[in-house]
Amino acid sequence: MDWINAVLQGLLLGGQYALLACGLSLIFGVMRIVNLAHGVLAVASAYLALWLIQQTGMPSFLTIVIVIPVLAAVGYAIQRGLFNAALRHGELSPLLVSFGLAVIGANLLQEIFTADSRKISIGGLSTSSVELGQLRLGVFSLITLVVAVGVIVGLQLYLSHTRIGRAMRATKDDPEAATLMGIDERHMYALATAIAIGTVALAGVFLGMSTQFSPTYGDLVLIFAFEAVIIGGLGSLWGTLLGGLVLGVAQTVGAQIDPAYGVLAGHLVFLVVLLFRPQGLLPKAVVA
Amino acid sequence: MRNGLTTGRGLSMAAAGVAAMALTLTACGSGGIGNEGGGGEDTLTIGFVSTETGSSAPFGEANSFVVDEMEAYFKDHPVKVGDKELDVEIVVRDAQSDTTKAGAVAGDLINKDGADIIVASSTPDIVNPVSEQCEANSIPCITTVAPWQPFAIRSGDKPADLKYSYHFFWGLEDVATVYQGIWSKVENNGKAGGLFPKDPDGEAWGANFPALTEASGVKIDNPGNYPNGTKDFSAQISAYKGHDVLVGVPIPPDFTTFWQQAKQQGYNPKVATIGKALLFPSSVEALGPIAHNLSTEVWWTPTAPYKSSLTGQSAQELADAYEEKTGKQWTQPLGFAHALFEVATAAVTEAGSTDADAITKALSGLEVSTVVGDVAWGKDKNVPPYVAKTSLAGGQWRQVEGGKHPFELVVVENSLAPDVPLGGEPEALK
Repeated sequence: MDWINAVLQGLLLGGQYALLACGLSLIFGVMRIVNLAHGVLAVASAYLALWLIQQTGMPSFLTIVIVIPVLAAVGYAIQRGLFNAALRHGELSPLLVSFGLAVIGANLLQEIFTADSRKISIGGLSTSSVELGQLRLGVFSLITLVVAVGVIVGLQLYLSHTRIGRAMRATKDDPEAATLMGIDERHMYALATAIAIGTVALAGVFLGMSTQFSPTYGDLVLIFAFEAVIIGGLGSLWGTLLGGLVLGVAQTVGAQIDPAYGVLAGHLVFLVVLLFRPQGLLPKAVVA
Repeated sequence: MRNGLTTGRGLSMAAAGVAAMALTLTACGSGGIGNEGGGGEDTLTIGFVSTETGSSAPFGEANSFVVDEMEAYFKDHPVKVGDKELDVEIVVRDAQSDTTKAGAVAGDLINKDGADIIVASSTPDIVNPVSEQCEANSIPCITTVAPWQPFAIRSGDKPADLKYSYHFFWGLEDVATVYQGIWSKVENNGKAGGLFPKDPDGEAWGANFPALTEASGVKIDNPGNYPNGTKDFSAQISAYKGHDVLVGVPIPPDFTTFWQQAKQQGYNPKVATIGKALLFPSSVEALGPIAHNLSTEVWWTPTAPYKSSLTGQSAQELADAYEEKTGKQWTQPLGFAHALFEVATAAVTEAGSTDADAITKALSGLEVSTVVGDVAWGKDKNVPPYVAKTSLAGGQWRQVEGGKHPFELVVVENSLAPDVPLGGEPEALK
């Protein structure tokens, strides 16, 4: 029974990782940029939500209506203002720019919000669970998993069935040809980042509801999101979902063997995938 | 062709990403905030290694308040040294919660700022490298807010031989006694679950607690130390079921994850004594109502009957001044940061000189009544001569409706600190 429980809890945990990772995956899939500011943007979203709640008293879940558009706008600005320029100087430049953003962002958050640990309160939801025979599954974790699947399905549909989504994929496949067809490459990239950072905002608010965060908490988040992306296959959204779930289950099953091996088991799966299947589990989906 | 290219490129990016991430984890933080300057003949320069940024920033949160207060105090009260009155200059440098940086800024304080004495208040990761720098440069250093074992025992199992470092705080044996005191007042089945992470604190607690608490009749089951940042505790929770006592020293986000998940999965211990994660009121508030009656150790509280040897403020007055100026609830490191300056001043006055050896000699037998209680070196034979033990009590966080703060830390155990008045009896968790 403990083992079944470990697998189920792992799938729920995987939902959180997948939600966190899909923005990273999208930015990589379209622009080949590894965004190291991903974690700090997630934490910044959580702080923004917290600030909104304190200022207006609005319900916790409603904050996403404001946080997502704000962060999407920030994403658009970052892409147009920084990443697009950096992309012209080779593939390492955007990586370094995003690293700089991460350091500046974490310190800025500390200046504004201090180093205190904070959490977005969701009342009894954080401790409520549904019973499944002898097993108990956290309600909030279930919601997170459903949202993660929803976001990834939504993104996938958007990319394959809308005009802008198709233009984005075209730009990714062949920027020159896409430009010839009248697509503004810089705008497409910025839109993709805006959508990606929008999902980061959603993930960040959920992260802030799930546990305590502080300005430097983003680093911890980034590693797991990154591993989920690599395990699943770089730039593939379905892969990211699968990668998140695999990582979550690896951690909980590893911890069931010995608590010391939980996080390690996740890292090992990551390493094994890099060694034997470097393209990831699902390398080529609609976006790849 | 394109596909092959993409994969190759992707991997090099992935490798670069991992490398850069390693950087992110070790090097985060902003520049230092030192003000340049060196001590002249008539100035006593105190170098303060603080943690203003980074993961240990909550430990340093009260530091800038204390430094402001002290600067104002020393302006009107120069320190009497021998037959001279010395102005006091406090130079603060930020260690950014990084152990390498802590040693580097201590070196800067000594060599660039001409510090006569170094003080530091934070975790072993910070105070140990600071003390090493001071030993190497033969400059006296006073440290606190790290249990004495990780400070003294740096390699092997023997305390290090230190000439210029003086430390005041409690030890693991004290926290074990306090926790046992709390367990004994709440009816339990004698079984405890141990929540110990894989970090210096977790390793030290996990290795020593079972033996230290053996006499209490409570047996600690440790399913294995887990790494910090663990996001799922189902394995621990299933191992702990049926254990009435919970003991551990997790970091705040991990404890939140654990405690919420424990509630979800129906694990309800009767008493939980948790170090580190419940130190700061902000972490307790973040937990919300499920934090009610969680227990932790209390090294300093405003209700303690101690007074500052410099400003004459009582512990309560110091806490009130902090709350008024910053608008935030008092935290335990506040008293100890203040006491650092009391001890430094007393040592220099006693030495009658700013000479390093004279100050060190004065420290070796110094006795000061500070805002954290009596600090005296060379009195306790059970600890190295450079360690002075301070008293330790135990408390429970109680949710107060309509109070000044959402949660108050109520003292419920004072067998090691009889001076500190009890605010109530230990209550069982619901």
